[in-house]
Amino acid sequence: MSRPLKLSLTRRYRFAASHRLHRPSFSEAENRRIYGKCSNPYGHGHNYVLEVTISGPVDPATGMVANLGDLDPFVDREVIEAFDHKYLNEQVPEFAENVPTAENVCREIYRRLKPFPAGRLERVRLEETSKNSFEFDGQPGAPEPDAR
Amino acid sequence: MEGKGLRGENAMIRITRKVEFSAAHFYHNPDLSPEENRRIFGKCNNPHGHGHNYVLEVTIAGEPDPATGMVLDLKDLKDILQREVADRMDHRHLNYEVPELAGQIPTCENIAAAIWRLLEPKIATGKLDRVRLYESPDLYADCTAGQNGDTA
Repeated sequence: MSRPLKLSLTRRYRFAASHRLHRPSFSEAENRRIYGKCSNPYGHGHNYVLEVTISGPVDPATGMVANLGDLDPFVDREVIEAFDHKYLNEQVPEFAENVPTAENVCREIYRRLKPFPAGRLERVRLEETSKNSFEFDGQPGAPEPDAR
Repeated sequence: MEGKGLRGENAMIRITRKVEFSAAHFYHNPDLSPEENRRIFGKCNNPHGHGHNYVLEVTIAGEPDPATGMVLDLKDLKDILQREVADRMDHRHLNYEVPELAGQIPTCENIAAAIWRLLEPKIATGKLDRVRLYESPDLYADCTAGQNGDTA
């Protein structure tokens, strides 16, 4: 084997959830101005698509960076069961204070998946719709969770 | 103009070409017991094998030749992918018929790394930037040039 290679594995998952973009500390007019129709008090929902990328050495015994037999149940337990068919604002504790924008949902998913024991969590990519996607690779520089 | 882009600036461009192949495989490590193989590989351990429609995306990075405006001739890339990948792997059993995978478990990761090693010496203009291999629309492996410390 000549030069070292970097390998990663990406798996796509799906969940459907509702949310409302709204900050109680903003006035109704401000909420309406900033979040537009996403601030509708009854909420709305999306079919989210989640891409999870794990990088790291390929285990010669299995040929794998990460075994889907481990990754799938981990993502199911940490994210899908907690988010699927839920109202994110009220049923996911982390969004009691933080507005569940796709940016914040992406960052929260990264936090929940970071402890996965095999390889390294390289990237979380969240498609809120087929037209909007969001990525977080754990690098600092993002604003604090309560900045919006 | 040599080595310059449209406005006299160097521009690194990535181009990606896709090729599809269908192949059979199964996962089995002869050093492990049958129980361990079943535990680790699940239904992928079925000795009769199963198959996928693989989708391979190969990305080449380079500066467009000022005379042609191209990083490389896509027809050349198409021919390389046909010869090096499709001719070797399409409608084959990856455990038995592809020497580049001999002695390896034909996971998405190992196939992507084998394809990288097949393609890298064949890319005459531009540089091989990424090999992305989809086993299904919901699962893919990426292979890129590593740093020291990365292993594959």
